[in-house]
Parts: sequence; C-alpha cells; structure tokens
Amino acid sequence: MPHPHVPLSWYLILSAILFTLGAAGFLYRKSVITVFMSIELMLNAVNLSFIAFSYQLQKVDGHIYSFFVMVVAAAEAAVGLAIILTIFKNRGTLQIDEIDSLKL
Amino acid sequence: MTFVIVSLIKIALVFAVFMTTLAYLQWVERKVLAHIQSRTGPLRVGPHGLMQPLADVLKLLTKEDLLPPYVNRFFYLLAPFIAVSLALITIAVIPFGPHINVFGISTDMQISDINVGVLFPLAIAAVSVYGIALAGWSSNNKYSLLGGLRSSAQMISYELPLTLAIVAPLLLVNHLSFRAIADGQAGYYLGFIPRWAIFQMPFPQIFGFLIFLISAFAETNRIPFDLPEAENELVAGFHTEYSSMKFASFFMAEYANIVNITCVGTVLFLGAWQPLFPAPYSNWVPPLVFLAAGILCFFHGLNPARKNDQITFPIFGVAFLALAALFAIPPLQFILAPLFWFAAKVGLLILVFIWIRGTLPRFRYDQLMHFAWTFLFPCALVNLLLTALLVALFPGNP
Amino acid sequence: MDTVLFVICAIVAIVCAFNLVLQKHPISSALSLIGVMSSLAVLYLLLGAEFMAMAQMIVYGGAVMVLFIFVIMLLNAGTEKNSNKSWFAQIAGLPLLLAFVAVVAFLIRSAVPGLKNVSFGSWWGGTAQNVGRLLFTTYLLPFEIISILILIAILGAVVLAQKEID
Repeated sequence: MPHPHVPLSWYLILSAILFTLGAAGFLYRKSVITVFMSIELMLNAVNLSFIAFSYQLQKVDGHIYSFFVMVVAAAEAAVGLAIILTIFKNRGTLQIDEIDSLKL
Repeated sequence: MTFVIVSLIKIALVFAVFMTTLAYLQWVERKVLAHIQSRTGPLRVGPHGLMQPLADVLKLLTKEDLLPPYVNRFFYLLAPFIAVSLALITIAVIPFGPHINVFGISTDMQISDINVGVLFPLAIAAVSVYGIALAGWSSNNKYSLLGGLRSSAQMISYELPLTLAIVAPLLLVNHLSFRAIADGQAGYYLGFIPRWAIFQMPFPQIFGFLIFLISAFAETNRIPFDLPEAENELVAGFHTEYSSMKFASFFMAEYANIVNITCVGTVLFLGAWQPLFPAPYSNWVPPLVFLAAGILCFFHGLNPARKNDQITFPIFGVAFLALAALFAIPPLQFILAPLFWFAAKVGLLILVFIWIRGTLPRFRYDQLMHFAWTFLFPCALVNLLLTALLVALFPGNP
Repeated sequence: MDTVLFVICAIVAIVCAFNLVLQKHPISSALSLIGVMSSLAVLYLLLGAEFMAMAQMIVYGGAVMVLFIFVIMLLNAGTEKNSNKSWFAQIAGLPLLLAFVAVVAFLIRSAVPGLKNVSFGSWWGGTAQNVGRLLFTTYLLPFEIISILILIAILGAVVLAQKEID
C-alpha cells in the first residue's frame, strides 16, 4: 500500500520484533557470547523505541536516554566480555549448560 | 530533478579523479621513495615510468585469483569488499572548494554536506577495522590471524588520540559540518596570516595537528606503524593469503585511506581551500607555479640526462604551460584556484607520508601500543583541555 | 521514497536478527548484529536523529562489536554443540513469538493514539547542538555519573583480564 510517509507505529512494531528476537536468542542459545549478543540486540531495539518516541514528542530527550543506554551497554559489554574471558580461562568451555556449578 | 543530475555529475567527477589519484599515488610513492634512497624508481614503462600503474593493474588482473580451500569462504570474500567500499565512501563528505555558480546551477564543490560531517569519517574509520580483522581471521593461518588482530588493535587504539585531536579545532570553529569548518577558517589576522586552525587564536592547533598526523600514520597502517603488514614480519600480515584483485583491493583501500585522512586533516587544520595570503594576489600563485614547472621541464629537455628526455620533457613543459594558461583565465579562477590550494595542501601531507616512509624505521608492536596509550592519548587530552580553557576564557573567536 | 528506504532497512534488520539467533558460529552472529546496527543507524537518520546515528556507528559498530569480534577470535569460539533443547520450544517457539508480537503491536496501536507520520526532513531537532546542550544542562548529573560508571567498567575489565600473579 503506497504511503507518502511512514507511520510511526511501524518503527515501534519493528522495535518490538527485534526485541522479541533478542529475547528468543537469549533463551534459546547455548553459547555465552551469542547470549550476550542477544542482550545487545534487545538494547538496540529499545534505543529505536526511544528515538521513535522522541520524534513523536519532538523533543531531544529521547536521544539523551538512548545515548545513556548506548554508553551503559558499551560499559556492560566490556565488563561482560572480561568475565567471559575469565570463565573460559577457568572452565575451558563457553556453553552455558556446562557452567552450572559454583565449584570448579 | 536537477539536484539528482548535478549530484550524479559530481559523483562521476570525484570518482574519476579519485581513482586516477589512487593509481598515480602509487607511482608518486615509488618515485619519491626511490629518490630518497638515491635510485631512480620506475623508469622504463612509458616516459619516466608513468605507465607503471597501468602495467601493475594489468598484472594484478591477469594473476591467478585463487581461493584457497582451507579458508572460510564467505568472510574471505567479504573482507576486501568491506575494506575497499568503506575506504572509497569517505570522499563524499570532503569539501573541495567554495559554493560556486556554474552555467546557472548553484552548487557546492562537495558531493554531500551533512550536518554531522566530522563524525562520518570517524564512523567509517571505526567500521573499517572489520575488513582487516575478518581478513586475518578468515585466512585460517596463524600469521594472518596475528597480523589481523594486531592491526585491528592498533587501529582502535589510535582512534582515541585521533578523535580527541579532531575535537580541538571543532571547539574553535563551533560546527560539525565540513563546509562550515572550512568557512570558519576564512579571513586573515593582521592582513596576511591566514586563519587556518593551526594558526587560529586563542589556541593555535599545532600540537593538535601533530597528534592528528601521528594518529593518521597509525590509522592507515603506514610506517612507522606498519608492523602488522610489513613484508619481513609475520610473512605479510593479514593479506598473506590474498592474491590478484583481492590483494589489489586491500592496497587500493590503504591508499584511499591515506587520501581520505589527509583530506580530513586539510579541512580541519589547514583551512581547506583558503589560500595562504589574501585573494587577488593568491590567485596568481597557481599560474606562476605551473609556469615555473613548465620552464623547468623545458630546461631539462634542452639539457637531457637521458636520450628520451629530449622528447618527453618538452611535452611535459608544454602541458604545464597550458595548465598555467588555464589557471590564469579570470572567469575560471574562482573555481580552479581553491581546487589548486586544496590539492596543494593534500599533496603536501601525502608527501610527508611518503617522506616518513622512506626515512623512519618501524616501531615494535609493544612500543607502538605503549606510545598510544601512555603518551599520545594524554597529550591529546591535555591539548583538548587547554583549547577548551582558552576558548572559554576568550570567547567570541578573536 | 521514505517508505522504500524504511522497508529495505527494516527487512535487513529483521533478516540479520533472525540470522543472529539461528547461526551456529558466533562470528556469523556477530556480523549479523553489525548488520542490524547499521540498518538501525539508517533508521535513526530517517527519524531525524543524525547525531545518534553517527554515535551508534562509532560506539556500537566501531567499538562494542570490535570487542566482541576480538573475544571470539581470541577464544577461538567454535560452533555451538547441539545440546538437548526441548521439542516444545523448537516447534511452538516461533508461532508463540509471532503471537506475542502481534499482541504487543495491537496494544501499541491502541494505547498510543495520534502517532505522527515520519517523513525524512520534517524534524531537524536531533542535531549535535541540541543533544549537547541538553546533555550538559538538564542531564548533567546523569552524565557525570555515567562517566564514573565507565571508569568503574574500565577498572573492572583491566582487573579481570590481567594475567594471574603466581
């Protein structure tokens, strides 16, 4: 159906689809790194929502929140990947099914 | 509709000039390196080796384009594609000259002036790390992997001083779009000192320019920072397993990155197309330079060092004199003179790149990383803080 | 024109997101995530958020994903082993997810009436000047706290990744 403009709800639906796919990847995958990447996908979907609503309200505040989410995601990625490196060093595996006890 | 047609014409022009520059940049590099090392460089293929790039292209095209069976095929083919397409795209935001009015069409001498122009080459530089990392990883070869990882780590480490060095002149000019930055460096102090960013009060960005230049060497993997791809270290680094056109893609990407980063440096620090002294006199510099080049060619043609020079040098002399005449036509001067100044500054920076390649030895990898994190990054930070302090103390851009 | 660009970017984003969930090797997932982020950057540009688009490419696409790719290459993470996943999840998972998305979409459209139409160039408010001005005036305290957070993250990463002192 030809639209001269794009309705904002399409952006929000895209954000919902991406978030759902991220949640599905988080629950379904078994490798720690892929689980981590699904988390990043969820955060990106939320960023899209923030910026879409910022367009709706014509204020820049949504961009600032999205910026903060981006920064926190970057910091979390750094620490999380360092933790993954340590887990690999100690247990030799990256499958979350095998990292299931506190005792080495 | 005229916007689309004009843009397509601009894209075609810029693309043609850019690709020719890339090809002949290799010739310039070989000749300059050779003369630094007291030898002659390419001399036989065409007059003074001018057909050498053509011979190289033919050689690379006709070489066997093998796909080793042990590589990860998708990423092996994707890596040179990423490297070369990202390297070629940055030239779209670089302004070459002022706003001009030709044949009734009013347009910028730039393909596209985006509001966040300065962030675009930074984003492209950040993403082009993947070309190298994937090339190293997909080749399934320990030397390539080490070379690829080292090169990527070097590039992301030097992105930090590069970005901080880029932010400092932005504080002076107060804009992110390249055209506004170039326009903000117009004018002269005391009538003859140009207001380029490296001369601009309240804080001349000389240190910023030096930090930018050093980071630019590291970003483009040039000597003294080219350990990951040197021929006598790590076999050949991340492009060990590549042959023929894919190898040519990486080299084209490297030269394109050199041109891109010198263009960005020229616009940010050296005042893009703003001439060295005020307008009516500086318009005569291009014709005089070409006139001098033409006279020099005629002189060498009349006292030839080799027999062929008797024929080739006078032809070059005539070409230079024709260029001098072209640059002296007053109606064309407002288009061609800014182009000349921009090309002269970019050419000077590229000459510095080639000169340093011929002069300095290379850094060891741990020296390189240590230098980035413990010296260059604090320097860039201090430069930025000083600039911010002085801009805050003396507002209004004197 | 806007519609065409939106549809292309949306399809690229969804295909890459599916690819991320379905691929066996982490590197393919990482590259798919980079594809998602790039198409999201174009969507931000369509929504007038030019600074955020560039920040997305520089921060996410140029730093965070490079970190992921480094870790995958350093750990030599291989393909995932197929451990026992429940047959219910494999068969009913996708239809349930689509049903969930449909419910969410319906709720969105009914809960937020009067949503605008997006056309490229109708709102120029997302410039770096506006974002910067707001960041350093209204949101100054969160900005400072986030810088301390980044410092803590750097310290944590350095401590976790250093060699053991035996």
